Amino acid sequence: MVDKPILKKADFESDQAVRWCPGCGDYAILAQTQKIFPEITTEKEKVVFISGIGCSSRFPYYMNTYGFHTIHGRAPTVASGLKISNPDLSVWLVTGDGDGFSIGGNHMIHLLRRNVDLNVMLFNNRIYGLTKGQYSPTSEQGKITYSTPMGSLDYPFNPTKLALGARGAFVAKTIDRDLKHLQSMIKRASEHRGTSFIEIYQNCNIFNDGAFSELTDKETKSERVLKVEHGEPMIFGKENNKGIHLDGIKPQVVTIGDKHSIEDILVHDETDAFIGDMLSNFTASDTFPEPLGVLYCVERPTYDDMMVDQMKQAEKNTKGPKSVNDLLNAGDTWEVK
Amino acid sequence: MAKNVSNKTIDNVTIRFAGDSGDGMQLSGGRFTQTSAVVGNDLSTLPDFPAEIRAPAGSLAGVSSFQIHFSSQEIHTPGEKPDVLVAMNPAALKVHLKDLVPGGTLIVNKNAFTKKNLTLAGYEDDPTEDGSLVDYYSTHFIEMGKLVTNACEGIDIPSKMVDRTKNLCALGVLFWMYDRPLEPTIDWLNQKFKSKPDIIEANVRALNAGYNYGDTAEIFTTRYIVEKAKLPKGKYRNMNGTLASCLGILTAAEKSNLGITFAGYPITPASNILHTLSNWKQFGIKTYQAEDEIAGIGAALGASYGGALGITASSGPGIALKSEFLGLAVMTELPLVVINVQRGGPSTGLPTKTEQSDLFQAVYGRNGEAPIPVIAPTTPGDCFFATYEACRLAVKYMTPVMVLSDGYLVNGSEPWLIPDPNKLEDFKVEFARENEDEKFLPYKRDEKTLARNWAIPGTKGLEHRIGGLEKQDITGNVNYDSDNHQKMVEIRAQKIANIANELPETKVFGEKSGDVLILSWGSSHGACRAATESLLSENLKVGHVSINWISPLPKDLVEILNNYKKVLIPEVNTGQFRQIIRAEYLVDAIGLNEVQGKPLGASKIEEKVKDLING
Repeated sequence: MVDKPILKKADFESDQAVRWCPGCGDYAILAQTQKIFPEITTEKEKVVFISGIGCSSRFPYYMNTYGFHTIHGRAPTVASGLKISNPDLSVWLVTGDGDGFSIGGNHMIHLLRRNVDLNVMLFNNRIYGLTKGQYSPTSEQGKITYSTPMGSLDYPFNPTKLALGARGAFVAKTIDRDLKHLQSMIKRASEHRGTSFIEIYQNCNIFNDGAFSELTDKETKSERVLKVEHGEPMIFGKENNKGIHLDGIKPQVVTIGDKHSIEDILVHDETDAFIGDMLSNFTASDTFPEPLGVLYCVERPTYDDMMVDQMKQAEKNTKGPKSVNDLLNAGDTWEVK
Repeated sequence: MAKNVSNKTIDNVTIRFAGDSGDGMQLSGGRFTQTSAVVGNDLSTLPDFPAEIRAPAGSLAGVSSFQIHFSSQEIHTPGEKPDVLVAMNPAALKVHLKDLVPGGTLIVNKNAFTKKNLTLAGYEDDPTEDGSLVDYYSTHFIEMGKLVTNACEGIDIPSKMVDRTKNLCALGVLFWMYDRPLEPTIDWLNQKFKSKPDIIEANVRALNAGYNYGDTAEIFTTRYIVEKAKLPKGKYRNMNGTLASCLGILTAAEKSNLGITFAGYPITPASNILHTLSNWKQFGIKTYQAEDEIAGIGAALGASYGGALGITASSGPGIALKSEFLGLAVMTELPLVVINVQRGGPSTGLPTKTEQSDLFQAVYGRNGEAPIPVIAPTTPGDCFFATYEACRLAVKYMTPVMVLSDGYLVNGSEPWLIPDPNKLEDFKVEFARENEDEKFLPYKRDEKTLARNWAIPGTKGLEHRIGGLEKQDITGNVNYDSDNHQKMVEIRAQKIANIANELPETKVFGEKSGDVLILSWGSSHGACRAATESLLSENLKVGHVSINWISPLPKDLVEILNNYKKVLIPEVNTGQFRQIIRAEYLVDAIGLNEVQGKPLGASKIEEKVKDLING
């Protein structure tokens, strides 16, 4: 956290021309990232953006920080190794739904489970953009694409649910068009120690235009989006009169004023794993609104911190050889004269 | 009355311990090795075990063995045919008897020759009863089960545990035969079973029971003396290839002041490198068990990007998975060390058996023009030097380097002259720093080596981006220009070729010119050296060159090749190095190729050379 920003947005802009398609949601994400970073750090030399392959993975080239555009799906591995070797760095991982959950799905779940202190920005546009329009592991079933002319057969992943299932300790969701919210989620992620996972809904205006229009169109968004905030009741709707009520253990959407009062509305507790699970289940449901915000956030010891502790402990407790020379000369030795 | 025992001094002996996987043969072999090392013999070992952790007891598939060749002379191989075979059960006898030299010594655990075990091994009649062995070998059928049961009487441990000590009984017999001290083994038992005095007692009694059996049984009439070997002066220890590689890494860390991050995924026969380094946290070595092979090399490369030296180790199938990351390391020009402990392939192949068949994979196995340095250690102890050099040159030339080790090297052992780290090549590291007068250019190069700067995150003023897309010369920006690509491909190749400028002079053993040059790489060194010594003793015009660096090849090799009428390349594959040599030098090299899951034997090489000279 920064008390008084000394850097400006321009300090985070690299000299490379940005080469996404005009109208791509990635522009908004890049701009909001550059805008919020002065509030996150005063030392941009300690910031590293690491990506895999895909449209979103070009992101590091445009940030005037350290950056590493790696190979398809493997950014979490490079980022983990970097953080372990150099725990002082602020490491950010930029990936997409294909990079992060298809080819790199294995690394993603293990990263979340290990809780290495990294920040993941997963741009979910529910399509393969860079390879020109094949369905992705988050595309809805039945999607007609170049590779699925009769409709895709596989069921999609639910990224936040998957992240929680992999023991993610910080799981949030936001959207490219809600600039302030996007900024605030990036900032929250930066403040969290451990793996922070932000799913960012992002519009691909070329291959999957309008995938999230319900959540962004003026007409529909207030009915379809539930902004969750810790300690606040889960209220949404054009009139701000709808809310999530727990009937026993079953959530339901109720209208405030009829049978239910504001007192009956569930208050978000981001440290409650059951609430996090419940909210992640709202995704792609016709009954429930799409939750945006921090779904779940708890502190738990990070892999990198625990590794440092073990190293210190080993140094303190070791009874064996203390120097490399001792170790070279350890065991049974004999002299040839 | 003391029996009449004669002492006979001999130059060298090969012993093979063989038994069921659960019989503890690796332990017997290991202890015999350690003791022989301490008494000053030169030695070389070859463990051989099944891939299954516990194959069905008594079955042919479950036989595990350990061979040791020890000598009062300098030796180079674990030996071919054993002079002594210890067979702890019928299956071990069945599998290994064919290798025992005619007239050799056969020691058998008689108690294991039950009807069930005989059937499992496919014997219709008991070979220890039907006279089929006694005429051909010097046989000792010892009731080891009974011996240990009697010896351990009064110790309060289950009879199953008592039975397990028979490997020490067998060891005791051999210690008597070769006049070796028991103390190193007793000390070791005391250390290993510190909190279990009953187990120590049982094992010590079993060891003594075997030794005393040799001492008193009338059948043993000769003890063999193998004197100390005349090795170069200095302090020695017994060394296997795994430990040697790990010590090479640690020494590299110490000399360079670099942090080490080792990231790997369990795979036979490379896992022991991960295990060993995981115990060295007190030296600042970070180890990371990744979720898969790809993550292992990815984390290692990430660590190198962050200013540590990233290292990973695997075996053939795992290396295949790592190849895309090797390409990224080539493109981003970051240091990285990859140890490939080769095993029999293709695919899962022969996980516990050795082979030299990943040479092409190491040299060529990537997409695009992606040359990397490849160094192959020649002996278990040489794994130390090869790994150290791999670390040093990875950093000096900013490149991934592959160490081409193998199952024989990592599991085999030899007496090792402990090196003085001060006498190794210097290993200095300089990270890039901000220069106020000059814009930082990530792909600006050192004129001599062509290595780029190592600019690590956290350094003020050097913020820059790298990645797998083609780089513009000097700036490192993404660039698709055709001339630039041509230039960058050439620069990357030249950088690796430049390493040849600092390789030591190639040493020729034996005749400097003549009829046949035996050219070996990696672990075939031992068999080729032994064969050459033998051929030279017959006054044949033969030389031997042992290659460490496969990529780049030493510059002076071409002249050496031209000094002989014929070049023979023995290797444990179907001729991969031969193809490289033929392609590189247009030399009509001849191959000697075997893929039998074990190192080459010297005798076949000798025969082949004689054929070449005569024919």
